[in-house]
Amino acid sequence: MSLAEGILRILEENSRTQGYARVKGVWLEIGRLSHVEPESLRFCFGAVTRDSLADGAKLEMIMVDGSGWCHDCGETVAIDSHYDACPRCGGYRVEATGGTEMRVKELEVE
Amino acid sequence: MCTVCGCGEGEGARLEGDGHEHHHHDHGHQHGHDHGHHHHDHGDLHFGHGPARAHAPGLSQERMVAIEQDILSENDRYAVANRAAFAARGQFVLNLVSSPGSGKTTLLTRTLEVLNGEMPLAVVEGDQQTSNDADRIRATGAPAVQINTGKGCHLDAHMVGHAVERFADLTGGLVLIENVGNLVCPAAFDLGEHHKVAILSVTEGEDKPLKYPDMFHAADLLLLNKVDLLPHLDFDVERCIDYARRVRPDIEVLQVSARDGSGMQAWLDWLRAGLARVAATPASEAPAA
Repeated sequence: MSLAEGILRILEENSRTQGYARVKGVWLEIGRLSHVEPESLRFCFGAVTRDSLADGAKLEMIMVDGSGWCHDCGETVAIDSHYDACPRCGGYRVEATGGTEMRVKELEVE
Repeated sequence: MCTVCGCGEGEGARLEGDGHEHHHHDHGHQHGHDHGHHHHDHGDLHFGHGPARAHAPGLSQERMVAIEQDILSENDRYAVANRAAFAARGQFVLNLVSSPGSGKTTLLTRTLEVLNGEMPLAVVEGDQQTSNDADRIRATGAPAVQINTGKGCHLDAHMVGHAVERFADLTGGLVLIENVGNLVCPAAFDLGEHHKVAILSVTEGEDKPLKYPDMFHAADLLLLNKVDLLPHLDFDVERCIDYARRVRPDIEVLQVSARDGSGMQAWLDWLRAGLARVAATPASEAPAA
């Protein structure tokens, strides 16, 4: 819910500087290792934007795959969660390096 | 006017002893209001008022706007300000996170009892309701401020910024922020602290680091608490530490019992070493993260 409120706050601020009154679509970039549960965010976004400038706006989430640095292989590898083993060596010394983002990327406005 | 107002997070965060004077909203928000409503019906989510709602003629052209802004950027701005304030005051600041019932407050009171007189101490207590925990802390002689988050499930950098203003005249020393008991949301909110410390008691499941990986990934230190109870439990300490390191390979682990005092010396030494590091860093060179 706080994340949905954060998105709306960004829209409100941006609308003042960019001069628009309605937001019709919102594109987010969401990392698979981030704190976002997409369906729950979708529900909360609908709730917090009711009667706002983004009432009824469509929400698109572009999912970004997770990646991590394996200390044993010395390489960047693909991971789906913080606790995944390295797909190359099976070790757990993998540090998440990508796929943690939660960003508002683009808007369709009028 | 503050833009990340606590009353937008959930249904009204409240700083103990504070008439909420720092908020200058024009919507007449009352903190004594009925909390039974649904969030979005409530009226204290004051989005959509003001200039953004004014339908300016001539602006109805559809267009795309590139934003590229982090969703938590507002919180992160406050966290940066908090971090600068902590550095300027030479304070070592920890964000203590755990499930409810992990023994955080008892561990805190034991810690404060020992360190009282050795270094300046201050505590920020986060709970949904009551000032019971702040009262327990104050009984040790350390100053404490309670933040009640209302329906909110975590502390954010804005609330904490106002709370630690109370300790602005404290130079050096240890500031302990006891977050709301919750292993999920507090992971995402940087408060400007030096370290997140996760407290896990051995009466919980040893697989908690796998069940709540975001939190254990965000923590720099894991305190395994209530180890005096291990003889009565099936808790596998080694497996728990292994799970925590799968999530965060370089996490430090200390085993403690606030009740019988075992392991407390290592924890106190860890705190003293952290404070010494902060004291040795000139404010101008303080790291940004």
